[in-house]
Order: sequence, then structure tokens, then C-alpha cells
Amino acid sequence: MKEFGYQRVFDVSGAVALLDADPDARFLGGGTNLVDLMKTGVERPARLVDVRELPLDTVELMRDGGLRIGATVTNSDLAAHPEVRRRYPALAQAVLAGASGQLRNMATVGGNLLQRTRCGYFADVTKPCNKRVPGSGCPAIKGEHHNHAILGASDHCVATHPSDMGVALTAFDAVVSYETADGPGEVPLSWLYLPVGDTPHRETDLPQGALITHVTLPPAPVAANSRYRKVRERASYAFAIGSIAAALDVQDGVVRDVRLAFGAVASRPWRARAAERVLAGAPADAEAFAAAADAELTAARPLPHNGYKVTLMRNLVVAELTRLAEEATR
Amino acid sequence: MAPATPSTHSAISLNINGEKRTLSVDHRTTLLDALRERLDMTGTKKGCDQGQCGACTVLLDGRRAVSCLQLAVAAEGREITTIEGMAAGDQLHPVQQAFLDLDGYQCGYCTPGQICSAIAVIEEHAAGWPSAVTDDVRPEAAPPPLSADEIRERMSGNLCRCGAYVSIVEAVARGAAETQAMTSADLPQTEEAAA
Repeated sequence: MKEFGYQRVFDVSGAVALLDADPDARFLGGGTNLVDLMKTGVERPARLVDVRELPLDTVELMRDGGLRIGATVTNSDLAAHPEVRRRYPALAQAVLAGASGQLRNMATVGGNLLQRTRCGYFADVTKPCNKRVPGSGCPAIKGEHHNHAILGASDHCVATHPSDMGVALTAFDAVVSYETADGPGEVPLSWLYLPVGDTPHRETDLPQGALITHVTLPPAPVAANSRYRKVRERASYAFAIGSIAAALDVQDGVVRDVRLAFGAVASRPWRARAAERVLAGAPADAEAFAAAADAELTAARPLPHNGYKVTLMRNLVVAELTRLAEEATR
Repeated sequence: MAPATPSTHSAISLNINGEKRTLSVDHRTTLLDALRERLDMTGTKKGCDQGQCGACTVLLDGRRAVSCLQLAVAAEGREITTIEGMAAGDQLHPVQQAFLDLDGYQCGYCTPGQICSAIAVIEEHAAGWPSAVTDDVRPEAAPPPLSADEIRERMSGNLCRCGAYVSIVEAVARGAAETQAMTSADLPQTEEAAA
């Protein structure tokens, strides 16, 4: 590991001033991804700015019924929070489906959104990778890609975003607030991640040195009837091969409101807006759910070894919406 | 102007099992390496060193964490509890005793991490935290009993290469029952701790 400086900060303005002064500095939250990547040499910061003690560690219920989540709230505290569990149960389930109890105690909301892909070529500094070394190539496309992207990828990169939390936040229209040395800004989470194109090394729309301070969830009554389902290669403590955050409101057998987002299929949490459009006002039955899944998945461009994900995601949409429809009318 | 080259070492003070230990560390030092290599506290084990096996589990401010991904310098000011701090004098923690009585191990290498994790699992469950196998996570739902399924899910961050999982699940269940009995009976734990 490369040697580095370390500074702990206690206010947001001090934190962003340090990053502004040193382009080789990085924010350290829980460290569950960054420290690991520093050990393997993927990340080589000259300085770490420890933001864990910033006063951003609370989940606030807003007057409109939404939530304002501080960036240093741990995954554990987010999943245990009564208002998260009551108003956005799929978000609590998504967080609980990720990592292990130990890692959830360390990891933070801001860090979760900015974690890096778990593509094996990205993690191995002896291999080419366009995300790590722009222009070096993507060995995954002709190599090991059984758990890579089927949506929104390019000839330059087929890596997926590993977050579970981000899938549920995307389904519920989360907005990311950040601070920079030049002032604050905000961006909807569904626009935070840049299209892959020929610049897979450019991952987010955040300005250089920006610090995520909050994630805001607008009120969403439909989210009270929501679920997160994650499919993995073992029962627990593994990244998804496909996941879904779904919320459904049904009245008189007709879909009144629906939210759908997919995980482990793209370089970002994938909001399934084409599927949502098909379902608006449609009968809440398996046939309509399958038609909605197909509408979303016509854009899928699977590689030789990950075509199973198209079937998997179709089945997940039908299964979870069917279950939510039953629960909505119970 | 280029930023000044930052110092890459710090003198730090760590609070470990209620004792203050001061040392100078290279910032690259993980809490795990500080414990084992610098402070001769070898109860905490190094397995994968990349946050995937749980052998290095300790408690930070009462919550379980993997010490291999925790920088020592960033642990300054936090209350660190290792396996060496779990017993009250000669009186083993009920979870330690349960692992012994039920053979919750084979080679024993992952055991300190299993026990630290289990002690925290029992507290998390008692605090009403749901898990990924809890069917209804809403706060109005009845909290799930600490079933074998719940234990397996909550302990999934601790791998056992010998595959002693059957006994580990039993030991965690008994440890939870004993801990609950002790708490409700309000046994004189403080006397033991003072002894």
C-alpha cells in the first residue's frame, strides 16, 4: 500500500477545503471498500480525510413524510430505523441484503453510493481495465462476465454497480445533496451515474472534491407496500446476480402506482421506467407484469455467459409484483 | 500551489478492553495488525485480510466490525473490545462457555471472531434489529424469534473453514438464552467483573 496522510474532520466546510487543496486526497467513511482497494493498489490516495465524525449521522422524518438521510449514517442504523422500515420497507430489506453485519456497522450511506464495481478485472491491477486505466481494454467482454451488465453497457466496459441500497433509493426517487468548496449542489440519484460510453472511468456527475452530505427521499405512499428481492450464488453474504426493488399500489384490480428498479444488471442501479409506463393503469395480473418486464428488457444486450439474467429479471418482476399485488389487496 | 506532503505516521492512543495503549503507527496499519503485531494481542485472528471471512471481528463502540478494514489511526477515540476483553476475570462470557460446551468449533481459528460476532448478534436481536430473513421488517410487526435461520443469516459474515456451523448455531442459540437469563435475573455480573 502507498503511504498516505490522515486527517480527521469535524465540519463539512473543512472537509471539502482539504479535498479542494489536494486532488490526490480521498474521503474515508467506513473504509470497507476504499481500504480494501488501497491494499490491492487500485486506489492510491496521498491523503485520507476521515469524515466519519461529521455531524451527518441522523435520519430525519420530514414534514411532508419524506426522509432526509445523513451521508455518514451507517447501513446498520439506516436498516434499523423505524421510519425507514415503516415507510420504505424495501430500502431496509435492500440494506440488510448487502454485505455482513460487521460491514453494515462500518459502511456509510455516502460511501455505499460511491463504492466501486466488484468486476474481477477492475480489482486486479495486473489486468487491463478501461475503468481503472482508460484505454487499456476490457478483458471481461471476451472473458469472465457471467455476472456482468446486460443493460446500458458499452464496448468499453460491462461492469455492474454492486449496491443493493442504491437500487431501493433509485426506485424511490432519491436526491443526492453534496457540498463543494464552491458551494452546495444536488442531483437526482438516477442521474448521478454517468452513461458508460467510452469513458467508464468517469463514474459520477459529482464535481471534483464533492462530499455527499445527504440523501433525500421524497414522500411515496406506494413505498409502504414494497419489497427488495436479491438473488445470489449462495444464500447470504454475496453480491447479487440480479435484484429488484418493487413497490405497488392496486385499486379494484388495477395498478394505481408502481416503482421498479433493478440491481446487478448495469453500471448503475437501473430504474425500470419502461416497465412502469406499461403498468400504469394496467390490470394487476401476471400477464401485465410479464409484458412490463419484456418492455424493459427489450433493451438488454446480454453477453455469451450472462443471458440468464434476462430470464432472471423477468421472473423477478412477475414474482415480486404478484406477491405485492396479493399483499396490497389483503 | 501543490499541497504540502502530509505526514504518514501518527502517535495514537487506543482504548482497548478498557485500557489505554499508546503507540506510533504508520497510517497504513490496520487495527488488526496493530493488535497482533504491535500490542501482542493475538486473540484477534487474521484470515482473509480483505473483509470477507470475519476472523478478525472485534467490537467498536459496542458494535461488531472487521478489524482488517479498520485503520488503526481511525480507531483512535473509539472503545475497542477484543476477545481478550469478553470474560469477567475467570468467568467466561456465556457465549464463550456455550461454544466450549457445545463444541462450536473444530480447529478454533475462526472462533474468536465467531464469538465476538455472536455477542453482538445477540445484542442486535435484543434491540429489535431485523435481518435479511425477517419476513416483515416493519416496526409494527412482532420481532422475529432468534431462530436457527435468523442465526445463520446474522452470522453469515463469519466463515468457518472446518464447517462447524451446526454446533456454532447451537452455541449462539444457547449463548443468547443464557445472556437473556442473566440479564433478566440481574445476576451479580459486576462482582465478577470486579473480582
